[in-house]
Amino acid sequence: MKILIIGGGMGGTILANNLARRLTPELKSGKVKITMLTASEKHMYQPGLLYLAFGRVTPDELYKDQASLLEPGIALFVDPAEEFLLDENRVKSKSGKVFDYDVLVIATGSRPVPELIPGLAEHGQSFYTEETAVKMFRALQAFQGGRVVIAMGVPHKCPMAPLEITFMLHDYFKDRGIRDKVQLHYTYPIGRVHSLENVAKWAAPEFDRLGITVETLFNLKEVDGNAKVIRSEEGTESPFDLLVSIPAHRGMEVLEKNKLGAGGWIPTNRHQLNMEGRKNVFAIGDTTNIPISKAGSTAHFEAEALGENIAAMFKLGAPVRDYDGKVFCFIEAGKDRATYAMFDYLNPPDPRPPTKAVHWFKTAYNKLYWISARGLL
Amino acid sequence: MTERQVIDARGSFCPGPLMELIGWIKMAQIGDEMELLSTDKGSVADVPEWIKKVGHEYLGAREEAGVWHIAVKKMK
Repeated sequence: MKILIIGGGMGGTILANNLARRLTPELKSGKVKITMLTASEKHMYQPGLLYLAFGRVTPDELYKDQASLLEPGIALFVDPAEEFLLDENRVKSKSGKVFDYDVLVIATGSRPVPELIPGLAEHGQSFYTEETAVKMFRALQAFQGGRVVIAMGVPHKCPMAPLEITFMLHDYFKDRGIRDKVQLHYTYPIGRVHSLENVAKWAAPEFDRLGITVETLFNLKEVDGNAKVIRSEEGTESPFDLLVSIPAHRGMEVLEKNKLGAGGWIPTNRHQLNMEGRKNVFAIGDTTNIPISKAGSTAHFEAEALGENIAAMFKLGAPVRDYDGKVFCFIEAGKDRATYAMFDYLNPPDPRPPTKAVHWFKTAYNKLYWISARGLL
Repeated sequence: MTERQVIDARGSFCPGPLMELIGWIKMAQIGDEMELLSTDKGSVADVPEWIKKVGHEYLGAREEAGVWHIAVKKMK
């Protein structure tokens, strides 16, 4: 069985390692082949970017060599996919190599696209890439006071990030002794402060307590850098001195070019994780169109379910379990306290009040992540 | 009748049915109709509230076996 995995991020890496462990003798004997195509020789721990924006980590701490994370026997090519020939069960890479497969898994993730909002790239700060997080770090250091507005587009990965960045901004300015010179104004696209109702119920009074003003039903439409104003799809506007934004995301362009899904979002069965209409093509992580959080934990749990299924397809001829929609997201509620939201397709989250213990757990996980990537945690 | 894009947000807690709709409506063309499927009763109020505020057209909702089918049209 030839298993081809496109994408070396969280989902692809955990899946590859999961499969390698389940199929060790078969990999050794050559009965199974696992191949990964990825765009970068480095693997980034993306949740670390939140801390980079405040200088709490340095860029080098976010990366490890992709090759160092993979189990022996996995063939890695730093050579992104260019053409998907699904009817022929083959993928062509950028360098022109052709990879045949029996099972294909697309785990190419998602990307922020600030260009979708006029003025955003030029006049807004963000923290969803290394470059923008470092730029935001410098902008925060230089900021001496004024109105800081948090605004975002939809969809975006890491649904907790809007709350986290706001709570962390509060503590950051407080530690600098200038919180009284800063107005923090949080905007959100729907009619409450977070998509998860129980999380919104917890966060809204927290914002109130911390003196953070809120404007809901605000979908960022454009940024007027001259007037220093953001405008919403809803026809409202908000002035800013510093704009902290989360751009709307799309899947990878190569998927749209290959007509695998509008916006780069692959139509995916939410339980079996196969691409709609295809029995041997699967998708995991941000790139699916499943109405679920675009989050690392989603990719992680999907990878585990799919790993078990692909191994079972080889050994038993059929998949053995459904992905149940499990997601687990930490929520940093400032510099030293955190809570979490855990849910699945049937059970909504019910977050507890933030504690230092959960923050330390998250801090530990920032390092333990590399063990997760290896498929061990 | 215009063919409607179906957005199946049943069982979606995060980002939730309305956020799903907002994301897909951005990618649609003016004049496109969409039907959001939601198991969240709140959608019946949330969706028309947002649709009205933004200036799209609300085409109505019906409930079938615990699933709300909410139809909208992109107007701008």
